[in-house]
Amino acid sequence: MIKQQIVISGVGGQGVLFITRLLAEVALELTAPVLSSETHGMAQRGGTVISHLKVGLFYSPQIRTGQADVMLALREENVLLHGHFLRDQGLLVVNKADSHDPGAIDATGLARELGSVVSANIVLLGFALASGKLFCDVDSIRTVLARILHGQRLELSIKALELGVQAPK
Amino acid sequence: MSGLEQRILMGNEAIAWGLLESGCTVITSYPGTPASEILGSLVRFRHEWDSAVHAEWSINEKVAYEVALANSYLGARSAVSMKQVGLNVAADPLMSSAYTGVKGGFLVISADDPGPHSSQTEQDSRFMAMSAKIPVFDPASPRQAKDMVGHALNLSEQFELPVMLRPTTRICHARQDVRISKPKVSKRKLEFHREPGRWAATPKFRYLLHLQLNEKLKHLASNPDLYPQLLNAGVDGDTCVVASGVALANTREVLEDLGLFERVPLYQVTVPYPLNPDFASQLLENFRRILVVEETYPVTELQFRQRDRVFGRLSGEVPDAGELDPERIEVLLREFLRLPSIRPRPQPEVKEKRPTLCAGCPHRAAFFAIKRALPKAIFPSDIGCYTLGLNLAAVDTVLCMGAGISMAAGFYHAHNRTGEETPRLAVTIGDSTFFHAGIPPLINAVIHKARFVLVILDNSTTAMTGYQPTPQTGRDVDGSPAPAISIQDMVKACGVRFVREADPYELKEFSALIREADAFSRAADGGVAVVIARHPCLMDRSGREASPRQQLRTNERCKGCRYCADHFECPALVYSEDEDRVHIDSTSCVGCGVCAEVCPTGAIEEQTEET
Ligand code: SF4
Ligand code: SF4
Repeated sequence: MIKQQIVISGVGGQGVLFITRLLAEVALELTAPVLSSETHGMAQRGGTVISHLKVGLFYSPQIRTGQADVMLALREENVLLHGHFLRDQGLLVVNKADSHDPGAIDATGLARELGSVVSANIVLLGFALASGKLFCDVDSIRTVLARILHGQRLELSIKALELGVQAPK
Repeated sequence: MSGLEQRILMGNEAIAWGLLESGCTVITSYPGTPASEILGSLVRFRHEWDSAVHAEWSINEKVAYEVALANSYLGARSAVSMKQVGLNVAADPLMSSAYTGVKGGFLVISADDPGPHSSQTEQDSRFMAMSAKIPVFDPASPRQAKDMVGHALNLSEQFELPVMLRPTTRICHARQDVRISKPKVSKRKLEFHREPGRWAATPKFRYLLHLQLNEKLKHLASNPDLYPQLLNAGVDGDTCVVASGVALANTREVLEDLGLFERVPLYQVTVPYPLNPDFASQLLENFRRILVVEETYPVTELQFRQRDRVFGRLSGEVPDAGELDPERIEVLLREFLRLPSIRPRPQPEVKEKRPTLCAGCPHRAAFFAIKRALPKAIFPSDIGCYTLGLNLAAVDTVLCMGAGISMAAGFYHAHNRTGEETPRLAVTIGDSTFFHAGIPPLINAVIHKARFVLVILDNSTTAMTGYQPTPQTGRDVDGSPAPAISIQDMVKACGVRFVREADPYELKEFSALIREADAFSRAADGGVAVVIARHPCLMDRSGREASPRQQLRTNERCKGCRYCADHFECPALVYSEDEDRVHIDSTSCVGCGVCAEVCPTGAIEEQTEET
């Protein structure tokens, strides 16, 4: 049975919550139990936003230090801030301009080329999926995107996803 | 949707669905984190079902409570939701309705915020339930929150008593796969039974009602369905853990991870008040040491009459403030169970990015203008996005909803009494907060001849909690048209003689108006002067469309003084250390153009075609 803990970290407006919800919907399609925890209210006003997603049998909505299997960082600075959640040998995927390090991708840059900076979150997700280490695959994400988005937003998101998947590792 | 469906629901959505499934027909609320999404999602779900539920964003929690309660007096099921400090506002009807009781089920949902993440206190609503003498449910997951809605309403009807559901932030904002079923359509006939000794009880009858309430509570406490549950049946030992809410969920997970779930009995308290009296005495008989893990105050722990072998927030084993996240729980479980403690990982030195008003937020312009006009003033303020005016040093006090106005009056009278010159005072309050709790203090200030400048930040929405309409919006909860109450008329009706309206984006004019207001307030026949700062919130689509959009840039006149970044602190103004100048981040800049007014050297300018 699937069991995976994922931390998604960024600042308000970067779409941390969207990625969390997307992954939760995918887990539901796979009939795996899901629990997630997110930031709301004052902190959303441009402040640090972190969400925890747990797929499989869990009770606590939060992840403890050193327990996350995966961390998606939408902002480089957040690796310092929330990197402690990641377990040894966990998968770290980070959005940063200088993308030469392993696990790094200039998601914002790629999204900008697409004409939609706000899609950086999906580019990053695509990149993470390509590692094959997430509990789900690219197709399952496509299916859910097609269910929850429509029209231009859907088109953009699918393109952003592809960009991430195909980005050099 | 057929009979059953599995959905990912946020705790608040699960609660909303629970209300519909159990046939509630009047549901009211005032927005406040972490409770806001309950009513918001209920309206969405209601449309899926086209059900005849009355849902409203009431003007404040007290009014919300009373509107919903009336429906329960008539025999139908009702609910009111709010955040914990909102329950303080609704404390009056809460206490009284515990005595009168109800006919149809009545659920009070009060969402607590251990931490606190978005509140002025970490207060525990379960104590409010205790002090009102009504039972309270404490859910450990979104799924359980939904189930408890149904149980609580049944219990409320059985005992004719309001019942509370107390979720916490981590439950409200957690998401989980939840099984939902078709909402129940209530076919109950509404009937008002005239019972003056109950619905309009005089003190003499109130005493009798109190006796009845005590009787109800006694029966309820020994109800076997509410007896705390042993989650790991068959596990025995001399030490046990008693927990509730999300602290229970965290405790269970940590125990499982440590391989102790098969060794340490874990009890879940689903109804922390009233705690079954036999439970406490049985536990004391069976165990040598009992650890109580609960958020945020020691409600369960206190109900153990004998506490020498009970450990928790009171005894100091559990920290007496703050959220019990799984990390903290692991530490205290290890301590209590005498396991080797974990080496705490070095915590990162980096600072979290502090919250700030959005780029182009009209509040920022208003605060900057107020500070420029009255730099030495005291700035009482209030609760909303604009509390972030703190970053501009334009907010000095934030007590509770509506307090800014009363406190400004207080500051004035305190000084005026001395016969010396009174300090300048400039209060800020949001539009929604003004309607919620600002009107009585404004009337009070006027009739007692206080003098200050009041700026009502009118952005046509309740932004902080998710853009709910205000009474001035002229929009109902589902977007349908509703009568609109004008703030300006309201202020005039409160007896204010200086009432002006302006757009804070026009910095110069707005600053001048603030000075004019200040002069009026200090003139011989002056008083309270009100300026309504009108500009829609940018997160609102209509607000964005109504706002100008300019292409801005900084030119070579920028000498890197950082005045704009520090004193205006728009997140789109980014100081570059290398170049020692400020740049405008084009991805976050909304092009409001206000900063061009701010820079003392005129280094921020509009980018024209040629440049
Ligand atoms: S833009 Fe103006 S205020 Fe900002 S740092 Fe440059 S000179 Fe100073
Ligand atoms: S124009 Fe200036 S104040 Fe307005 S959003 Fe852009 S940088 Fe901020």
